[in-house]
Amino acid sequence: MAIELKMPALSPTMEEGTLARWLVKEGDTVSSGDVLAEIETDKATMEFESIDEGVVGKILVPEGTEEVKVGTVIAILAAEGEEVSDAAPAPAAEEKAEASSGEKPGADEEGPIAVSAPEAKPRKADPAIPAGTNMITLSVREALRDAMAEEMRRDERVFVMGEEVAEYQGAYKVTQGLLDEFGPKRVIDTPITEYGFAGIGTGAAMGGLRPVVEFMTFNFAMQAIDHLINSAAKTNYMSGGQMRCPVVFRGPNGAASRVGAQHSQNYAPWYASVPGLVVIAPYDASDAKGLLKAAIRSEDPVIFLENELVYGEKFEVAQLDDHVLPIGKARIMREGSDVTIVSYSIAVGIALKAAEELAGEGIEAEVIDLRTIRPLDKEAVLESLAKTNRVVIAEEGWPTCSVASEIVALCMEEGFDHLDAPVTRVCNEDVPLPYAANLEKLALIDKDKVIAAVKKVCYR
Amino acid sequence: MAKTPSARSASPKRTPAPKASAAESNSSLNILQTEFEKDKRFKADADTLLHLYEQMLLIRRFEEKAGQLYGLGLIGGFCHLYIGQEAVAIGLQSAAEPGKDSVITGYRDHGHMLAYGIDPNIIMAELTGRQAGISHGKGGSMHMFSTEHKFFGGHGIVGAQVSLGGGLAFAHKYNEDGGLCIAYFGDGAANQGQVYETMNMAALWDLPIVFVVENNQYAMGTAVKRSSAEVEFYKRGAAFRIPGMDVDGMDVLEVRQAAEVAFKYVREGNGPVLMECNTYRYRGHSMSDPAKYRTREEVQDVRENHDPIERAKADLLKLGVEEDKLKDMDKAIRARVAESADFAENSPLPEPGELYTDVLVEEY
Repeated sequence: MAIELKMPALSPTMEEGTLARWLVKEGDTVSSGDVLAEIETDKATMEFESIDEGVVGKILVPEGTEEVKVGTVIAILAAEGEEVSDAAPAPAAEEKAEASSGEKPGADEEGPIAVSAPEAKPRKADPAIPAGTNMITLSVREALRDAMAEEMRRDERVFVMGEEVAEYQGAYKVTQGLLDEFGPKRVIDTPITEYGFAGIGTGAAMGGLRPVVEFMTFNFAMQAIDHLINSAAKTNYMSGGQMRCPVVFRGPNGAASRVGAQHSQNYAPWYASVPGLVVIAPYDASDAKGLLKAAIRSEDPVIFLENELVYGEKFEVAQLDDHVLPIGKARIMREGSDVTIVSYSIAVGIALKAAEELAGEGIEAEVIDLRTIRPLDKEAVLESLAKTNRVVIAEEGWPTCSVASEIVALCMEEGFDHLDAPVTRVCNEDVPLPYAANLEKLALIDKDKVIAAVKKVCYR
Repeated sequence: MAKTPSARSASPKRTPAPKASAAESNSSLNILQTEFEKDKRFKADADTLLHLYEQMLLIRRFEEKAGQLYGLGLIGGFCHLYIGQEAVAIGLQSAAEPGKDSVITGYRDHGHMLAYGIDPNIIMAELTGRQAGISHGKGGSMHMFSTEHKFFGGHGIVGAQVSLGGGLAFAHKYNEDGGLCIAYFGDGAANQGQVYETMNMAALWDLPIVFVVENNQYAMGTAVKRSSAEVEFYKRGAAFRIPGMDVDGMDVLEVRQAAEVAFKYVREGNGPVLMECNTYRYRGHSMSDPAKYRTREEVQDVRENHDPIERAKADLLKLGVEEDKLKDMDKAIRARVAESADFAENSPLPEPGELYTDVLVEEY
């Protein structure tokens, strides 16, 4: 049967090209791999090879023709033993060439279709703590360790890997005691090779395990960010839901204390911009424990952002057999009616201190801890906005393209009618973090900056 | 898995002193090559070789068809064809244990998918971006997966699949399931830092992994000798005490034999192997590559004198297989591939609602 040779698309964007030169003539016998013609695109001259064996029947587009549309039949190849004259184009040829030179198949039939994202499901509430439950005081550091230990006891697939997590007992002592209890198979010291071990952790999750990968700090995860984003976040989508990646990447994030610009950065907005990731940044010990347990159990890849300066702070935690909190739900840390302060991680403590002082001046601030940055609990923010009509965001991080910016957009798009004042961001100064004590203090957010912003939106 | 401190210091392999002499050290890294060179070609009977031939031919014809569909605009974006490299995937795959061993590769992945016996229809439908594709059209040419066959993709970032493969091997060891991971990467990826980070950890933890460099001589348009200080890639494990193997990737029986040697070593718990398969891609790096960095004569020489399918064919004829039988086989494969192209062209596009599925597994 005759084979139609069509003008090929030689790049992802090519729609037409110049048939520069024919290297065969009618009647020539060609075999697979022979160059038939040279085709010029806007980028290069490409050789057009024969895939089949046969005899060149008819050349339909002469050399030198410009603007030959992709898909146009340019020649007919007769198969072995077939008469050249028999090799007439099949009747459907032209029609088909036209169809394939235009829009992608199917695209034109449907026209623009409005597709909306599925409706959000009702939020899960934190489980109620039964009356009479014993409350214990735990540091955030201990709460995180307990969360990992409990999940490792519960599920054999859970293991911890990272730099100094085992024999050294954790660079910040978060993994203290885990090696003793679980042994070197499940608590693994890695070399200082973030890119490599982030990939191994991600691959192990693809292979069915539940890795908890500790970065000594998230600053070093910059070496490995490709695996967090390209490997972990996208695989489920790209595989049509076949391949899951239930990995937790955790470690301290944000400014520590006078460690200079390279060791002081809040990555929450970076990861929160990536679909396919869950991003959690807890403040107190109870949330740290309950959310890390939830993160380890999640089927999705989770970025779990801790804060070094909060590790040693102590909070009350309910002594429950299994303290697991819902991902994606904010928490009202303090109720108030005059203004809403939205915050997360270390800045929640700053917001609470500011709220206390503001109360002394007759302003009742509601403080919301987002806890999960992605997916964001929009409802909690909007409900509070509807109540207070004023929003200030307190974030220990840069202002540009921040979580704060996202909250501003949310309030504008979905809460505009409730606003009595411009939504205001209180963030770090827009500079790399300096070393000098006085300069560092100036660069970071503090209680007074939050109070000033609150007063401004309350017109006080 | 880290060894216990006592086990680590007891291992002579890791004892810092006394240092092994250079000669000793070299011989331990050559053990597999020495074993392999005793008899480099797998002893296949006619039926076995016929099967390998059929699988290679399926890849060849499928990829030719994919190239045609790309030319017709039915396949978009990037499309990297495996033509010329068929013996590598088939030779290694035929030695693996289905359902037990895992495989991971880069974006030149259609051939590997076919090597697993995955239905050509759903592979071609993924190439054309249709609902029936193996990733429902959301992955495309570079991102295909089949967890059912323990094929873990399909990765677009050069070298990333090597560390991910390290993780798959880690899971095999952790689960004590007896499986190993075959991690394929190209000569281009072989210069990525994470490849060596992974080799270090794989050797340190004795992970069951075979690192396979598919050296097709060009990293996109850059010839190996222009990008690599050490062009004999199988030697690059030496820094991590990983034994290397130098394999003719244009001979399916040699690849198969190398796989037998390497897999045995890895399954015995000895840790990783680095295998270099020297091969050649006939087409450009991707469909949009004019391939001006090499001469036509060079390509033609490989096609005429080193083609893996022609070589297997010659072997089959020597084994007494009738040429007509091979012709019929080719005809049947062409028909199968044409059917997959029809399927891929006529399958519906993904439903618009598919846009929002599979972003996250759970609802929060």
